[in-house]
Amino acid sequence: MISARLIIFYIIGLVSMPFLVSLTHAEEPKSGYAFLTTSTQEMQDDTFANPGMKAVEDGRQWFYDKGLDGKSCATCHGEEGRKFNKRNLASYPVYNEEFEKPFTLQDQINYCWEEQLDNVPFVYDCVDLIELETYIRYLARDEKINVVITEKLKPFYEQGKRLYNTRFGQINMSCASCHDQYAGQMLRGQVLSQGQSNGYPAYRLGSGKVTGLHSRFVECFTSFRAEPFDRGSIEYINLELYLNARSNGLKIETPAVRY
Amino acid sequence: MLISHTTQCFSKTRWLLLLVIFAISLSLSADENYYKWKAQDFAIEQSLGDIKGDANRGRKLVMQRDKGNCLACHAMPIKEEAFHGTFGPPLQGIASRLTPGQIRLRIVNQQSINPLTVMPSFYQNPLEVNRIAEDYIGKTILTAQEVEDVVAYLSTLKQEVQP
Repeated sequence: MISARLIIFYIIGLVSMPFLVSLTHAEEPKSGYAFLTTSTQEMQDDTFANPGMKAVEDGRQWFYDKGLDGKSCATCHGEEGRKFNKRNLASYPVYNEEFEKPFTLQDQINYCWEEQLDNVPFVYDCVDLIELETYIRYLARDEKINVVITEKLKPFYEQGKRLYNTRFGQINMSCASCHDQYAGQMLRGQVLSQGQSNGYPAYRLGSGKVTGLHSRFVECFTSFRAEPFDRGSIEYINLELYLNARSNGLKIETPAVRY
Repeated sequence: MLISHTTQCFSKTRWLLLLVIFAISLSLSADENYYKWKAQDFAIEQSLGDIKGDANRGRKLVMQRDKGNCLACHAMPIKEEAFHGTFGPPLQGIASRLTPGQIRLRIVNQQSINPLTVMPSFYQNPLEVNRIAEDYIGKTILTAQEVEDVVAYLSTLKQEVQP
């Protein structure tokens, strides 16, 4: 008798599952900011209290740092990056024709750093490059993220989406398992966010460091007890592409304050 | 279901994949402590490897962050811990709703009941896991003894506590 009842529940569950999933996906994107406590929100808003501003200052130093032939980022992009198109900054990753793959903002900075300024390129997601990226994203603060998935970006976007929905590691969870289904719920003492990327690079209260998105992915993979991919690998670039497109419409908050 | 799932540069990692499979098979043959289980009517009636669980040890395991960490998602009648998660249903009085066999399956492999669940399978065959970290190759989250301890503890949560 009990087993018959269970089977009926099971069938109801199976039938209703696709609807439940479509419901959770339809949720409006909400910045990680909305899941912070008021005092942490205040810390982020106050540029004197926000510890991430240290990375912005250090990034500015890099911005004026002259390469071998005497040029700096400011030579082309103007004082304080005035010649930047903020809307473009908020549209990364974009497709790069030469490399035939998506270019993240960090890829683009590193490319310029090497090709235009004749410098030795940075290692992906290293402290110095994070500082420079933080400064440049900070210049586009409050700009709405607008990633456009073009025909050429589409296959990379699909790969990123697939990775987002794939279970990994001994804990055997996907990003979607938590961030699409349980945003706003308590994970022991912590409120779970939607996992939006609009605040990155972000100052992390746990580690006390400004962290790039790919380093954050590595942290997630490690906590799943999965073997992480490399920072700057095509897998993480695809994932960043999917996440940034998922954040479309949210304002850039770099440097955000996050747990 | 292994690494190839999402990698694009498959050719680069193919040798690594083979190495990982080799390592898994080595470590499994070395341990040989993964007990096969069989679910029937949404329950595993027989305890894993006929091991007997201890409720006191189980109570500690559900709090331990690197073990069961059940508290991360479920509220439980454990007063000394401040923060209880809200992902899953509260487990107060769970033994009045489920038999020990049903509890066992839900710990061992909840994904076999609900494929979309966020709940980890605490005693899943390690060969079925995708891209497991090196330190955990061939290992389950909880050992058979630990699963039985947690089953024993949860089976004591009989009375519904009135709020």
